[in-house]
Amino acid sequence: MADDKDVLRDVWFGRIPTCFTLNPDEVTEREAEPYYLLLPRVSYLPLVTDKVKKHFLKVMRTEDVEEMWFEHEGTPLKWHYPIGVLFDFHASNTVLPWSITVHFKNFPDVDLLHCPTNSMVEAHFMSSIKEADALKHKSQVVNDMQKKDHKQLWMGLQNDKFDQFWAMNRKLMEYPTEEGGFRYIPFRIYQTTNDRPFIQRLFRPVSTEGNPHTLFDLLKEMCPDALTKDGEEKRFQVVIHGIEPLLETPLQWLSEHLSHPDNFLHICIIPAPTD
Amino acid sequence: MPASLLWAVDVHGRVYSLSSAGQQWELGRDAPMEFKRVTAAQQCCWSLGCDSSIYLNVFASDLPVRYKEETYENQRWNPVDGFSERLLPSDRWQWSDVTGLQQQPLHSFQLPSSSWEWEGDWYVDENFEGEPTEKEGWTYSIDFPSTYTKDKKWNSCVRRRRWIRYRRYKAMDTWAKIPSQPMSLPDPFSDISCGGWEISEEPGDRLSLWVVSLQGKVWFREGICHHNPEGSSWEEVPLPGEVVQISCGPGDLVWAVLWEGKLIVREGITRDCPRGLSWAVVECPSPEVGAIHVSVGNGVVWAVTKDNKVWFRRGVNSHNPCGSGWISMVGEMIMISVGLHDQVWAIGCEDRAVYFRQGVTSSELSGKTWRAISAPRDGERSHSSASSQQSAGRFFSGDVQAQSVVSDADSDVEKGSADGAIFTTPEPSLGSPTEPPSNPAVDAPKARIPKVTSDSFISELVSDRDQGKPLKDVPSVTPAVLEEEVIPADGEEIQLCAEEALLSTESRGGPQWSNVDLEEAQTGAVLDLAETCSLSSVTTFTLTLEDGAEEHPMWAWVSGEGCSVDSSSQLNWFSSSANTTSVTQSVQSMSLSISPAQTAAWRRQIFEQLSERSRREMDDFKHYEQAIEQSVWVKKGAMQWWRDWKPHKWIDVQFAFEQFSGPDGNKDGILFIYYNYNEEKKYLHAFINEVTILVPVLNDSKHTFAIYTDERTKQRWPIRVAAATELEMYDWLALLSVSCCESRGIQGPPSKQAIWSITCKGDIFVSEPSPALEAVPYPTPCDQMFWRQVGGHLRMGECNSAGIVWGIGYDHTAWVYTGGYGGGFFQGLASSTDNIYTQTDVKSVYIYENQRWNPVSGYTSRGLPTDRYMWSNASGLRECTKTGTRPPSPHWTWISDWAVDYSVSGGTDREGWQYAADFPASFHGYKTMKDFVRRRRWARKCKLTTTGPWQEIPPIPLIDVTVLPCGAQSSVDTIPLWAISSKGDVLCRLGVSAKTPAGSSWLHVGTDQPFKSISIGAAGQVWAIARDGSAFHRGSVSPQNPAGDCWYHIPSPAKQKLKQVSVGRTSICTVDENGNLWYRQGVTPSYPQGSSWDHVSNNVRKVSMGPLDQIWIIADKVQGSQSLSCGTVCHRLGVQPVDPKGQQWDYGIGGGWDHITVRGNAMEPPRIGLLSQKDTAPPTSSSPLPIGIAEPNGTAVC
Repeated sequence: MADDKDVLRDVWFGRIPTCFTLNPDEVTEREAEPYYLLLPRVSYLPLVTDKVKKHFLKVMRTEDVEEMWFEHEGTPLKWHYPIGVLFDFHASNTVLPWSITVHFKNFPDVDLLHCPTNSMVEAHFMSSIKEADALKHKSQVVNDMQKKDHKQLWMGLQNDKFDQFWAMNRKLMEYPTEEGGFRYIPFRIYQTTNDRPFIQRLFRPVSTEGNPHTLFDLLKEMCPDALTKDGEEKRFQVVIHGIEPLLETPLQWLSEHLSHPDNFLHICIIPAPTD
Repeated sequence: MPASLLWAVDVHGRVYSLSSAGQQWELGRDAPMEFKRVTAAQQCCWSLGCDSSIYLNVFASDLPVRYKEETYENQRWNPVDGFSERLLPSDRWQWSDVTGLQQQPLHSFQLPSSSWEWEGDWYVDENFEGEPTEKEGWTYSIDFPSTYTKDKKWNSCVRRRRWIRYRRYKAMDTWAKIPSQPMSLPDPFSDISCGGWEISEEPGDRLSLWVVSLQGKVWFREGICHHNPEGSSWEEVPLPGEVVQISCGPGDLVWAVLWEGKLIVREGITRDCPRGLSWAVVECPSPEVGAIHVSVGNGVVWAVTKDNKVWFRRGVNSHNPCGSGWISMVGEMIMISVGLHDQVWAIGCEDRAVYFRQGVTSSELSGKTWRAISAPRDGERSHSSASSQQSAGRFFSGDVQAQSVVSDADSDVEKGSADGAIFTTPEPSLGSPTEPPSNPAVDAPKARIPKVTSDSFISELVSDRDQGKPLKDVPSVTPAVLEEEVIPADGEEIQLCAEEALLSTESRGGPQWSNVDLEEAQTGAVLDLAETCSLSSVTTFTLTLEDGAEEHPMWAWVSGEGCSVDSSSQLNWFSSSANTTSVTQSVQSMSLSISPAQTAAWRRQIFEQLSERSRREMDDFKHYEQAIEQSVWVKKGAMQWWRDWKPHKWIDVQFAFEQFSGPDGNKDGILFIYYNYNEEKKYLHAFINEVTILVPVLNDSKHTFAIYTDERTKQRWPIRVAAATELEMYDWLALLSVSCCESRGIQGPPSKQAIWSITCKGDIFVSEPSPALEAVPYPTPCDQMFWRQVGGHLRMGECNSAGIVWGIGYDHTAWVYTGGYGGGFFQGLASSTDNIYTQTDVKSVYIYENQRWNPVSGYTSRGLPTDRYMWSNASGLRECTKTGTRPPSPHWTWISDWAVDYSVSGGTDREGWQYAADFPASFHGYKTMKDFVRRRRWARKCKLTTTGPWQEIPPIPLIDVTVLPCGAQSSVDTIPLWAISSKGDVLCRLGVSAKTPAGSSWLHVGTDQPFKSISIGAAGQVWAIARDGSAFHRGSVSPQNPAGDCWYHIPSPAKQKLKQVSVGRTSICTVDENGNLWYRQGVTPSYPQGSSWDHVSNNVRKVSMGPLDQIWIIADKVQGSQSLSCGTVCHRLGVQPVDPKGQQWDYGIGGGWDHITVRGNAMEPPRIGLLSQKDTAPPTSSSPLPIGIAEPNGTAVC
């Protein structure tokens, strides 16, 4: 019998096979070989691309190297989104491995944030966790943690230590049983059809009548267009961690089990493939 | 907590019950008539019918109520006839009781009432003091009265035998009338109250029933006990006045209300004298307004005065049954009922709704608020909210119809009174307990207290009368919850009164008060009626209902004495929309079948999609490099360590744990303890994959745990470390446990083969056996077994290889394993999400009061200087005072007060004392000339609440349980499971299977004496041990006949009393009270009883036989490096079909272990070389045929 704890492991150990190729416009001393890597879905690009950088720097002259950035089929990839979200949103129905082009010039300042060091990632990650806990527990849990506990969360993510991370993260996932869930569910919905980067609003896990809210309830309120109406062909896929959960899945359960390490439930709404 | 019932009677006399797990009132349909009152216990409900007779409804149970009638047949030998019924004139009766003084022929035994039936005919008892007798059952002696033997000797002149016949109480789940006493029936009864079950030794064994007659007399029902639920006779209790109502608590509290409104308290109620000795008078809360109703619990008394005010009595307990003072409470009630755990129910005086007092806890006995129970009645549609019903509900007494005009005018909420007071917030005045409130209205000559709440909570007119309160006629607008804040300060009352006065001046008089006068007039008219009937409001409550009243239930009486809820219970009694928790709670279904959430399609979908995702995204790309390289993770902390060298003491150390990934991907780690030795820094380390067990050792001074490796198990000397706080200790324990499991590749729930063991602290451990564990000749050494902890708290457990695990707590509650893992301090990843439930356990802590006799003052607490402490533990070595003794660990909390414990082996006198010549010596329960010291045992109960993968199996408490050991591959549909109840009844569980491990119901198996241990082996061999220490074998147990047909008595080994039995595939082992382990020789398929007992070993506490006839024990006195250890898990080596008793012991984890069960380990050992035996057939207990019963020479036949 599969247990819910297995879901956490599956989510954490999700990997995307990726092929990094150097942008042909880059000036190189010799031809750059593509670089193949398994990227953790729950991590962030700057944390896992040291090897990539090293690989391509071997063929480049130092003076030609500016800040590294990534692009997939013409779209610059935002490093501050989890890798799994980037993949689901931009490359869900493409052929594996995921092909990412590596750039060392012409940083697209309009689209991307600069990321000089990993401490930028850490700051972003911790602020996400704090924001999520503000929604879940009025920040009570995260404020009760010590500095070293925060560090443990970050180190767990950075070093891909599931136990180390979850030993602390479970405290963020607790809630009083009598309330039936968090105060609000921290979620972000990404849509291709929208100009805004994502939707994030207040939404409770339990309805005023005491019934648990489902994924359906959330989508109905946030982006009803994403739902397939009766007699209509499916236009959109609702993807979390590369899978499409049934719409009747309770939101609280999703938040506890399918959130990213930043404690947000990242939901991608992408056009259904037309085959 | 199993479901229990709240009982109530509505104004039409219909009886309803509401289950603590239910949502609606169920009508008692088979009631023979209307009832006036009910009083419930947990096992039965008494009621007072409208014919003023008493009715009893005993709840059906899997355990029948049986009573053993017995009589003796006596015969004397004479030379002519041999033994004949012709006795000498000086002899006893030919048929007599055991003493011979009472004539008792068989036909003189009559069923006590029509509620009983005979179970069978008379038969001769062939068991004599644990020994089987000859067929006829005769026992012989020289003369009456004398000692008897089972053998006939040359000088045996008389003989006797015992005849037995069982009768059974058949009137279960129906209302059976208690036959009226033939000689002089007391006048018709008007009130009834039962309780007192906690003052007997075994809870529920005895019951006190008090009734009040119309003339104000009180009667006590004698002889109500488990096997005589009806009791035997009525005894009148002398009184200082005329009683109108009485209430008996679960313990030793009995209060009654006198006709004039005073209260009387029964004193001197003890276990020897449940009727008590005398009455003490307690003044009612306000002398002008007498009490009309009282209800008592374990340590609380609630009363209602004639003005419907509710009062709470402070400081009531066993030692001070009168309490110390009254506290006024909010709410207007007509009656009140205190139930188990001192929970309180009441009936509102305006709306006649049943209210539940919320927030009653042991620290806050008066609770917080009243909340109306809005459960719909049987067959009624659900009401959306309580308040709407109540506003609709308005009723009038038939006698005062004239006031309906007035009541219409009353419908505005704000009302005042001309001569009354206004209570703004209905506040209890805690300040002056015994003094009556100095309420100006009460002091008024014509005491009449109409009152109104200004904040629209209660609007009501109450008239105060001198003689009771016969009628009420109040329109009502009452919310479901009456809020209240407690003002805990003295002198508050003055303020309140000032406020009242102020408000009363503001209040406006009005014509509506005419209704009070009207009522007054009516009172005179009905006064006679009130006097002849009971004075309390209920029996005279004759109503005609108007249309609106049908809409909500109007209750006349409620009884919560049998309703086991507490402040933490989740109740579905209140309107569902207001209570979201009950909704979510109800999703967690109580049945053991997998909860709906777990089988939900969405969950399955996620599992499937995730594994599909892994396949899609990872399977083909395994050769890709990982983006993040694994590294070492270190956790450090400051701890204390019990140092290895003498003198042993706690020293401060640095504790560090390094985790890394091994080459095979498995995580591994090392534990370091850095310490200073002679100013030199040193360290101790242990590899995580060598740790065999982590044992939490929580006591009140230190938060410690012990770390064992196989080497340290051999030495009986673990690494003991102490953390600064409990939280820190559990953090470490959880982390280390997970790491240990990971390093060994163990995760998820225990396997079906798992070996379960339990420590003396009730902690539960499991070990996954390897096939090599039972290998011959080189098994895995026992000390290398890895144990991990499972949440929960048990005293013993039993498993089998179908994955069925049952456990029994210290409080005899039965639990079944749910298939989860974790719980307790295992949070997060180390615990499964589902299948973890709350588990509670209750046990007693004992201390001894020791006294020495001296010629001047007799027994005193002044001992000799050399004596033990006057308050001590059992050994006398440690001082244990009542105040200084704390619960075993911080997880336990006291739930009772210290009380003398009479159930000590050796017996006690009436005050619980045991006597001896000197300390330490063997104590006896009576005083002799040579006794100079005495002691008595005091017990105090404490309770533990934890979580674990266990679900309760109510309601019968158990002392032993056994499950059929199955073969590994067998697919048995229903698995035999037997148990012994705490009363010694043998029970057979029906409907147990791998899918429904809890089974469905119990089947009672009759025995002639109480049993204490039972075990079922392969092929349905059931063996049991009776309380007298002899063994029994149950014949003809088969899937078709799961309970078998009869018991075969098997004498115990010479001069030994057996205490425990375990049956494997073919082997039967028992343990006696002196710690000897015995093996049953000569068991064959044709003669399953065997021939004799063979001694195997001594110093054995408990034995568990596996499905392959493995022998595992808990042994005492195992030598370690530092000392002897008690309670060690041991494994018998060399057990083979040719040598079923084995060769020697292999010592495993210990000490402090209390229980082990290896009955799940049906894993065949690997066969090595020469020793492969063709005759170790796998046990296929699924077949009803007996398999492989060993012949006497030890070779198995198949």
